[in-house]
Amino acid sequence: MAKSTDERRVISVVVMNESSVLARVTALFAGRGYNIESLTVAPIPESDMSHITIETKGNAKVMEQITKQLHKLIPVYKVIEHEEMVEKEMVLIKFPIAENLSDIAALAAAYNGGIVNVGKEMVVAQVADEPKRVKHFIEAAQRYNPCEIVRGGVVAIER
Amino acid sequence: MQMSGAQMVCEAIIAEGIKTVFGYPGGAIMHVYDEIYKQDGFEHILTRHEQAAVHAADGYARATGEVGVAMVTSGPGFTNAVTGLATAYMDSIPMVVISGQVPLSLIGTDGFQEIDAVGISRPCTKHNFLVRSLEELPRILKEAFYLARSGRPGPILVDIPKDITVEVGEFDYPESVNIPSYKPTYKGNARQIEKAVDAIKKAKKPLLYIGGGVVLSNAYELVRQLAEKTQIPVVETLMARGVMGAKNPLLLGMLGMHGNYASNMAMSETDLVISLGARFDDRVTGKLSEFAKYADIIHVDIDPANIAKLVDVDYPIVGDVTQVLEKMIPLLDGVNPDRYQAWREILKRYDELHPQAYVDSDEVIKPQWVIERLGELVGEDAIITSDVGQHQMWAAQHYPFDRPRQWINSGGLGTMGFGFPAAIGAKKAYPEKTVINITGDGSILMNMQELVTAAEYKIPVINVILNNHFLGMVRQWQTFFYEKRYSETDLTFQPNWKALAEACGGIGYDVTTKEEFDAALEDAIKQDKVCFMNVAVNRFENVLPMVPAGGALFNMMLPPKIEKDGEEK
Repeated sequence: MAKSTDERRVISVVVMNESSVLARVTALFAGRGYNIESLTVAPIPESDMSHITIETKGNAKVMEQITKQLHKLIPVYKVIEHEEMVEKEMVLIKFPIAENLSDIAALAAAYNGGIVNVGKEMVVAQVADEPKRVKHFIEAAQRYNPCEIVRGGVVAIER
Repeated sequence: MQMSGAQMVCEAIIAEGIKTVFGYPGGAIMHVYDEIYKQDGFEHILTRHEQAAVHAADGYARATGEVGVAMVTSGPGFTNAVTGLATAYMDSIPMVVISGQVPLSLIGTDGFQEIDAVGISRPCTKHNFLVRSLEELPRILKEAFYLARSGRPGPILVDIPKDITVEVGEFDYPESVNIPSYKPTYKGNARQIEKAVDAIKKAKKPLLYIGGGVVLSNAYELVRQLAEKTQIPVVETLMARGVMGAKNPLLLGMLGMHGNYASNMAMSETDLVISLGARFDDRVTGKLSEFAKYADIIHVDIDPANIAKLVDVDYPIVGDVTQVLEKMIPLLDGVNPDRYQAWREILKRYDELHPQAYVDSDEVIKPQWVIERLGELVGEDAIITSDVGQHQMWAAQHYPFDRPRQWINSGGLGTMGFGFPAAIGAKKAYPEKTVINITGDGSILMNMQELVTAAEYKIPVINVILNNHFLGMVRQWQTFFYEKRYSETDLTFQPNWKALAEACGGIGYDVTTKEEFDAALEDAIKQDKVCFMNVAVNRFENVLPMVPAGGALFNMMLPPKIEKDGEEK
């Protein structure tokens, strides 16, 4: 399905908050051969709905099918193909405590983050920023021998 | 009113006006069957296999346009039903399947006869429910029937844990349904319809391309009106056979892989495709880049995901075909039918050049002859179901279907074993009509146990077996594309069909001549019993014309040319 003209896209799916709704959405992607780069989901406050953010890749035709097929799912209330959006992603990185902590703190601060936990053997830094900047942060962090990296997936909101 | 979950299931079925339910009991659904025993609001037909129960409900739904209902137990009962669900899903058939599930406390423990029914059925149902409490059962049942028949119809599964069927609570069956996330679009966009009408008025070679959605929407009279008014020629898909009526001079016939020459050439040369309730299946389009290459496309479909899925569409109209045509037809008042006269002449010449014909024989029965003969003998009055294979295509090509819902077959999934149980469902719906299942010696064995069902309930379905001692369609492809390596398609070993039918309480006929065929059919109708008519047909007959898979529609393998005296050239 994926072609060379594939572009990165972010879709928000507002769904009725009922059991197995996430499975329906992910099964749709799996069954029809669409790609999921990242996925986040959480209930929408004071409602009976949830917000799913899906980062995917595809050309215009594929994206059209993805949104139409998502719409067909009975519990799907709304599908937003983001164009002008604010998007953020969180990442947690664990470093050995022997590394240069002030450098790590300064680096994380440059990406809207900081050191959020210190243990006997390690420190954990957190960054929440645009996905592209998160990627840059992870690249920069490589020189401090990170032992574990956990990305949180994209969340997005239309401007 | 206080009642058990099992009673609620029965009450909902009665409230929905369902007269016949097909099914097979088992441990997890026993409470429901206990209630079925006590009630007299609907009839239950015990099939001999769950797959057949779902196909029978499907046949009932296709024949009537109502929701078909089937009932199965958990685990293997449900997994046997999956092929039936998938068949109905692919052809958008309104259906509710109720399955038993292990008690709530056992779900997720790999309990006896437990299977994740909603997980398995997710890709082959329009929607499915696992009932988690008695309180939500009435709402879910109501929603299931509503979802099955509204929008683009489809099968719905309701999976009910056993303990919920015993529990007692208040039954308040909702009168209406409100699902905020489900609002199908029925009315086509007025501006788009106007634009489409302008395109029709400007076109020189327009073509109506009619699909199964027209049948589902009961829009056939409007389609006939549209064609009559504009005198635009019509091609039908496999699923739409019967919409225009066999004798309608505007009908070119079926298009696609086994469509006729005029239909496929029409699609290749048209400058405006008016697609109504058709989904551009690959068996119809052939090579996409060559499909309707010179045409703009108007696409009317209730499912937005179908529009522009495979081909680019110039005039997309999301809506119910009936509602769209109600708006469209009056707007075509000014159109001059003479405008398309030249186009009709061209297509007429194509049809004369390569008519839908075959070379008959006096030595051996040709399968096409059987179909045409059935058309002559029972024609407009019969309901015809079919299994899947060569016989299905011959039936679609040669039977004079005159009305929608007269032709019942598995189009999208191509399910062998569908025809016989579907015929049982159709015959339950219309006991006064002759119901004939056209089948093959491969297909019929896939659900032959339903002979017992049909005999027990006195459902006199006539199974016409076009017996070529082959899995015919696969054999045909092996002939054309695998240098005649007939790998595992030779069915020389056969049961004694007559004895088999008789052993199960029906009757059998072995037919080897045309005279025997006429006599057997006459007797079968008179006997009013389920029967097998085992008709020995020409072994190596091929379904032609044929467009090889992935080829362009206009590159057809044509049958031998027939001269006026009937001789093969």
